[in-house]
Amino acid sequence: MKRTAFILVLLIGLLLAWAARDFPAWGDPHSPASSSAVSSHFIANTGVDTEVPNMVTAVLADYRGFDTMFETVVVFIAGLAVFSILRGGPNRRTRDREFVVDFEPDLIVTNTVRLIVPVIQIFALYVLAHGHVSPGGGFQGGVAMGASFILIALSWDLKTALARFPIERCFTVAALGIVIYAGIGLLSMFLGGEFLDYAHLAKVFPVSPEMARYHAMLGVEIGVGFTVTAIMFALYAGLSTDGRMRDGL
Amino acid sequence: MGLELFNTLILSLLVVVAVLSLWVRDLVVSAVVFGIYSFLMCLLWAEMGAVDVAFTEATVGAGVSTVVLIATVFNLKRKAKD
Repeated sequence: MKRTAFILVLLIGLLLAWAARDFPAWGDPHSPASSSAVSSHFIANTGVDTEVPNMVTAVLADYRGFDTMFETVVVFIAGLAVFSILRGGPNRRTRDREFVVDFEPDLIVTNTVRLIVPVIQIFALYVLAHGHVSPGGGFQGGVAMGASFILIALSWDLKTALARFPIERCFTVAALGIVIYAGIGLLSMFLGGEFLDYAHLAKVFPVSPEMARYHAMLGVEIGVGFTVTAIMFALYAGLSTDGRMRDGL
Repeated sequence: MGLELFNTLILSLLVVVAVLSLWVRDLVVSAVVFGIYSFLMCLLWAEMGAVDVAFTEATVGAGVSTVVLIATVFNLKRKAKD
């Protein structure tokens, strides 16, 4: 059985290596991605349309906003799914685990974390807010923010972290993120545009249509950041305790 | 030339790390080796100029998913059987 699996894996690996020969060379100017009309449209028009210097954010949050909205929904559903599977049905087996983690929080570790967590959270907010001009955005900022709560859970215990960010609030915040995102989309729809057509927000806010798109992207990224922060922490809390939400790492 | 050398080094290290993560019996070690894999990928993305992807790889791949994997391993048997 093991040998069959090995041969299969080897064959599929060889097939992939053979298929990789059809890829364009690194930095090939004639590759489909570089020569496509869509790419050159984005490169030429992003700055004019939205005043956003970071093209990646503009494509993710504006041109392709519908896709990013449902990516956020996928993150939310993934968190819900993990949580409900771990909570399980009435007849789920309760197993003793191999390692019982039972220790006092370490003085050096907790004090280091006490110093470092505010820095991580400020950095997460910076990454979130500067997604337009520098690399970053809602996903990265949200993950860094969620990681700061995970760090608290790792260095004290899960109870300390859950006291700051209860698990029920996690899912409320995650849903709120999607509501913010979809709300900005719906608002631009009610103002006469299409769903997520941020330029129409300029009718109610005192900015040009370009800057309306710029600021709406920030709003959308904040929504994504909410969802990702909450779900990352909920995932850790669920997985480290086998869904019991106590006696975590 | 330097870039070629860098890419070759990273790509061959990637293969070594990928095999290693399947080779080791201890699942915690395996999770940490996955973290190393993500960091190498992050270096590779950054070298290609895809800074946004590199950033995501560093936070999600190397940061949170390693922690989540380790958190999961502590609820399993730590040593793999095969």
